[in-house]
Order: sequence, then C-alpha cells, then structure tokens
Amino acid sequence: MMKNDMRNEHIPAEQFAFVQENEVLHDQELQTKARGFFADAMMRFSKNKSSVIAAWILLFLILFAIFSPIISRYDVRDTDKLYVNFPAYVPGIARMNLGILDGAKTFDSQNDVAMLKWRAIGEETGMDPVLRVLNTHETEVKYRGQMVTRTTYDIEVNYYYALGMIYKTFSYDEYKALQAWQNETGIQVIYPYVDPADINGQTDTPNIWYQLDSSGAPALDKNGNFIPAYSTDTMGVGVEYDSIRIPGDDGSYAYATAKAGAVQCRVLYYNYYQYINGFEPSYIMGTNVMGLDLFCGIGAGARFSLLFAILVSAINLTIGAIYGAIQGYYGGAVDMVLDRICDVLSGVPFVVVTTLFQLHLAQKVGAIGAFLFAFVLTGWISMAALTRKQFYRFKGQEFVMAARTLGASDSRLMFKHIFPNAIGTIITSCALVIPGVISSETSMTYLGIVNLRAFAGTTIGTLLSDGRAAVTSAPHAILWPSIFLGLLMISFNLFGNGLRDAFNPTTRGVDD
Amino acid sequence: MVKYTLQRTLYMIMVFFTITFMCFVLIRMLPLPVLPPEDVHTKIVMMRREALGYNEPYVVQFGIFLKNIFTKWDWGLSEILYYGQDVWSIFVQKLPATMVVNLYSIIWTIPVGIALGIFAALKKNTWVDYTISTLTMVVISVPSFVYAFLIQYLFCYKLQWFPFLMKGGTDWFSWPMFISMVPAILSLSFGTIAGFARTTRAELTEVLTSEFMLLARTKGLTKTQATVRHALRNCFVVIVPAIFGQFIGILGGSLIIEGIFGIPGVGGLTLKAITGLDYNIFILSTCFYTAIGLAASLVVDISYGFIDPRIRMGSKK
Repeated sequence: MMKNDMRNEHIPAEQFAFVQENEVLHDQELQTKARGFFADAMMRFSKNKSSVIAAWILLFLILFAIFSPIISRYDVRDTDKLYVNFPAYVPGIARMNLGILDGAKTFDSQNDVAMLKWRAIGEETGMDPVLRVLNTHETEVKYRGQMVTRTTYDIEVNYYYALGMIYKTFSYDEYKALQAWQNETGIQVIYPYVDPADINGQTDTPNIWYQLDSSGAPALDKNGNFIPAYSTDTMGVGVEYDSIRIPGDDGSYAYATAKAGAVQCRVLYYNYYQYINGFEPSYIMGTNVMGLDLFCGIGAGARFSLLFAILVSAINLTIGAIYGAIQGYYGGAVDMVLDRICDVLSGVPFVVVTTLFQLHLAQKVGAIGAFLFAFVLTGWISMAALTRKQFYRFKGQEFVMAARTLGASDSRLMFKHIFPNAIGTIITSCALVIPGVISSETSMTYLGIVNLRAFAGTTIGTLLSDGRAAVTSAPHAILWPSIFLGLLMISFNLFGNGLRDAFNPTTRGVDD
Repeated sequence: MVKYTLQRTLYMIMVFFTITFMCFVLIRMLPLPVLPPEDVHTKIVMMRREALGYNEPYVVQFGIFLKNIFTKWDWGLSEILYYGQDVWSIFVQKLPATMVVNLYSIIWTIPVGIALGIFAALKKNTWVDYTISTLTMVVISVPSFVYAFLIQYLFCYKLQWFPFLMKGGTDWFSWPMFISMVPAILSLSFGTIAGFARTTRAELTEVLTSEFMLLARTKGLTKTQATVRHALRNCFVVIVPAIFGQFIGILGGSLIIEGIFGIPGVGGLTLKAITGLDYNIFILSTCFYTAIGLAASLVVDISYGFIDPRIRMGSKK
C-alpha cells in the first residue's frame, strides 16, 4: 500500500488532462429494453415449466368442452334405452381390429353352451360378437361317474353385436315404412319371428332362433349346425312381408306376429338403431347408466361447470371488491361492522346454505338461480378480505394524499387511484377461485342436493353419481368423468399458482 | 391472554347463535311435512308442534327451541326419517362411526404429512422436493371423491382386499371393522397428508433460511441439532394449531366419503335429512357443523398465542 502511494505522489502537472474536454455531459442512454409489468409477468410465468404445461392441458380441456358436444353425433338429451353402460365403440375403428374402441367387454368362464349361444348370434346376424378368446381353462369334472374334461373360455365380446335381437312392437304403418327402408338400403332389420312356445316358452330371449333340447342348450343336427325354430304361421298379420328375407328362407317364414292392432317383430337392434338414427352407434367414451354418450356428456357438463364458475367468480369479484374497498378505505367502525357480517356469513356451512336456498328459492328462480345465489352469498368473502388488505396497504400512500388534496371524491379515490394498484393481486387470485367453485359445484350436484339435469342436461357431478351406480360392471362410466375432473382441477390450480407467482411483485427478480 | 381467550369465545358463541337463529327461521319458514294420519306417533308429533309454538312468531319459536335445549337438551322429534324418535339420540348413534373413521385417518396422516413436509424442506430444490411438492399439489387439487372411486374400484373390486361397504354393527375397534373401514380411511387420508406436507414444507423452508439458524450453526450446532432444536420448534407454531383444528374436524367427517363407503355416520344422516326434508335433524346438523367450524377456527386462533409466547394475542400494539 505504502509503495503505491509513494509512486503516485509526484505526478507532473502536464500529465493531467480533462476526461471530457469539449464534450457535453449527459447520462448514458439505457441499453436494456424496457419491460412492462405484464410482459415481465408473462416472462416469469413461462419460466415456470409446470404452469406452462398446466396451461396447455387446461386449454385442451376447454377446447374439449367447447367442441366435443359439437363433434359428437349425440345431444346431451339423447339417451338410448338399451345401450346402457356400454363400452367405447367406433364402428370404423372397430373394423380395423386394433383392439381399441371395439365395444369389447370381457366375459369370464364361458362354457361350451354359452359359446354356442354366442356363435348363434353371429350366425344369424352376420355380426360375430366374439372378438377374441383371452384364456382357455380345462378342468376335470366328475360327471355321472366318469371324469370328463370341461373347457371354459374367457372371451372378449363386442357388446354392441352381443345385444342382438329384441322384440319390438310396431303399428302397421311403421312396419311398412321399416320394410321400405330395408328395401332401399339393403340392411336387414326384421328377422324371422320365433314363437316362444317353440323355444321352451322363453319370452325374454329374443336371441334364440334355434331349437333347444330339454336342458335349454342348443340342439344341433348331425353336422353340428343349428336347427332353426322360425315360425311359419303368420297368424293373420294383416300386412304382407315384402322385403329382405334371410338366406335359406323359402318364403314360408313369418316375420311378424299380430298383437292387438299392431305387429310384433324380432328386430336386430344394431340395424334398427341405424334405421332410427341414420348412423351406426358410435360412442367414443361409451355410454353411462342413462344411455348417454359420455364424450358429449362430459363436454356438456364441463361447459356448464366452466361457465358457471366464471360467472360466479365474476359476481363474487365485483361484490367482494366493492365490499372490501369500503371496508379498507373507511376502516374503523365501518370496517368492524362489515367484518362481523362477514364472520357470521362465513360461519354457515356451505351445504346448509345450498340446501336452504334450494328449498326456498328453487320454485321461484329455478334450481340454477338458487344455486348461484348460494355461491354468491358466501363466495365473495375471501375476495373482500383480499381487497381490504390491499386497501389498507395503499390508502395512506402519498399519491392518495395528493389526489385527496386536489379534491378527489371518496369513490374516485377508491376506484380510480387505489383499486388499480390492487387489481393485479385480485385478478390472479380469481384463477384460484374458479377451480374452487367447480369443485364445490361438482360435490353438490354429485350429492344430489342440487339437481341441474333439467337445466344443463348433465354436469360432471351428475355424471359421477350416475357412474357410481355401475362402478363394477361399467367402470368407464365413472372413470372418464373422474379423469376429466381431476385433470381440470390439477391444471387449473397449477396454472393459477403460476399466475399468482408471476404477478406477485414481491418475488420479482428473485429467481433471475 | 385469558382475557383474549374469553373475548374470542364469547364472540364465537354470539356468532354461533346468530347463525343458528338465521337458519332456524329459514327452516321454520318451509312448509311442514304432511304426517301419516293413521300412525300412532302422529298425535304426539302434532302435540309437540303445538308445544313448540309453530303458530307463534319466529322469535318466540326460537325462544322455545333454545329453552328446550338448555333445560332438557331436547332437540325435537324426527318427523320423517325416524318417525317420532328423538333427534338427539339418533344423532348420537351416528356419531361414533364418523369419529372412528376420521380418527384412524388422522392418527397416521398427520405424522406422515409432517414427515414428508420436513423431508421436502430439507432437500429443497432437489428431485425429492419436486416430487413431493408436485404430488402434494395434485392430491390437494383433486376432489377426495375422485380417489375414493379409484380406491373402491381398485382395492375393493379388482383386488378384493377390502369389502365394498363398511361393516354393520357397533364393534368400532374390532379387526374386521377396521378392515372394512380401510378404503374410507385411505380416501380421507390423502388430502390431510398433502395439506400437512404443504404447510410444513412452506413453513420449514422459511425458518431454515432465517438468521437465527445461521447463528445456531455458527455457534457450533450440527445441522441436525440446529434443525431439530430451532427450526422445527419454530415451524410447529403453525403446525400444532392446524393439528388441533384437524382433531375438531374429525367430528364433522365428509358427506361424500360417508356416502360412497356406506359409513353410518352424521354425514349420511345429514344428507338423508336434506333429501328427506326432516327439518329437526337438519337443524341439529346445521348447529353441529356450524359449531365445529367455529370451534376449529377458535382453537386454531387461540393456540397460536399459547404455543408461541412472542405472539401477543389481542394486544393493541
């Protein structure tokens, strides 16, 4: 140190020069690009990987909700009485034999008789229901004193083909129209009639078209073929059958039987469905217990949930902001009284609020109106608390005082000067309010406290409670709505968290 | 401190009565159920209604209602579901099922939740932390009934480890009873674990970065010593009140989970009272849930002051 000082001590005067001789002194221009608050927040949001992924998933789910009811051939009010709890099936993809969307349902331990019955359905309709054999079990059974090998099969069945025939009653006009349609399209709907008396008197098994032995198993001829049990007696039907006949019919089979001014037929439901709807059944996610297309149902339910949640948040935001602004701005006794009101309202359990509103208001403003009121009654409280806190933070600051000195009125101070400062925090917390609303709405419709079937057709909560009826036989009916709801909740919360962190000015610049 | 506690308690009681009064009036305003004319209890119920002042103004009715509760602990008779039976005794029968299931659930979830939180905080910004935090986030977001379905489908149907519904009977602490409760306990547990893990992690990471931790290390404590003696103690200021709140919450249970697993508890009773419009049960349930909610927040509030002497509750400055 000392040495340095010594060396710098005797510098001749002529070696000194002014740094900025003949120059104008000015600040250097900023080299960095100016970044606004919003751009900064977006930048920090995009750094948060999980939130970005969540945002994309959320976008996908919202698009799903918008478009799935449009894409789907069904409406949320279209319910099929027979395709109930049916697995996913799209005919075009099913025919490609990829093992997906083929309406497959597993049937375990099918014995030989059962296998024959499956075969018979395929033989008559030309649509073989058995897709594939998964397992073959061989067991040795003692039968009448001898050891016999019994084979059972685990098979996958196309459930739509497996439904096969139904008995259906038509008026004479309908019967004629159906025949005309058959002739036009070449698709056979009506199959020869089988009199229950000829099949051991079974009236509820329209799929049996062959002769049975005394034990109820199909009776086969020498070549192992089924022996048809079709009726030949027309029993005075009144309308001639003049349309497609099955192969092997010499014109003597009867295709209908008279039934009190109408005719009863054996109808292949898969083709009858085409006659009614104009297309083959096609359920991307299967159907639920109401026979509703889940693909459309989830979309419609999600539409409702999202719109409802946004509406509720908007109303609560407005009420909460005004209430919180008054509390925070005036403070003192006003704050205390208003705070006590909040305490009382927030103490009432939400189930109770919803129930009471349903009981009192549902008659007057409809279930949906009463539900909305229930959400609004207590929903704004958290928003008011948030606004109040922000107002306490800003109301003593200089810019407010300056505005007041200039003669600004109270409401002007509140909403023109203080509120804009607090709005970032409030808006971003809204992103976390929406999933909360969806969650409570789903719980209430699931529990059946609120029934919105008449208003919205269905909701996710309704779908879940419908799906619960068949959780073992048709798990897909509860799985899809659950997955949708789970994903929606997760992505909404992650997205909301990311947004809140990004807009939070206190964490600004921390991670850089 | 004592004064503050008393003040808070009194205030909570006032809030409770205000809410009760509001709900009471709203429920009494509803049209009364039509009674079956030939039933032997009808006469009793009609007389009870007369005695309860159903034709008087609502304030008088509320007065009679309170008087009956305070003098005889009489909450009225069930008019639909359990025709002619005393509401309180029905309610008390339902309470143990709810409490036992919730008790089993929180007994193991609170330690696990806290442990996960501590683990995540100590391994902050490693894959352990990310995994725990993400899972926590996911579990908190998804409504509990969604994984109730999953559990029921997977464990009760596919694997057949547990029965579908809870076993009947009142042998609350027997082994078969416990087994039949496991699915419900699991469904209730995930949320609690995640909640505690999140709180603990957030609190502990904050404490670990504070100045006195640096001092503790500087004066020669090992990392474990410093964490256990200083950091954990401080972070328990937040966690212990939450535990108290949770314990009060076991009374309440969950409407949905009880429905899914057929637990004969208060949640199911409330739901049945709502759908069956049994007003007296509904009033009792309302009071019960309100009281639990208020008591939980009161206990959480007060326990802060008792646990952490630095927090002076209710002091002006």
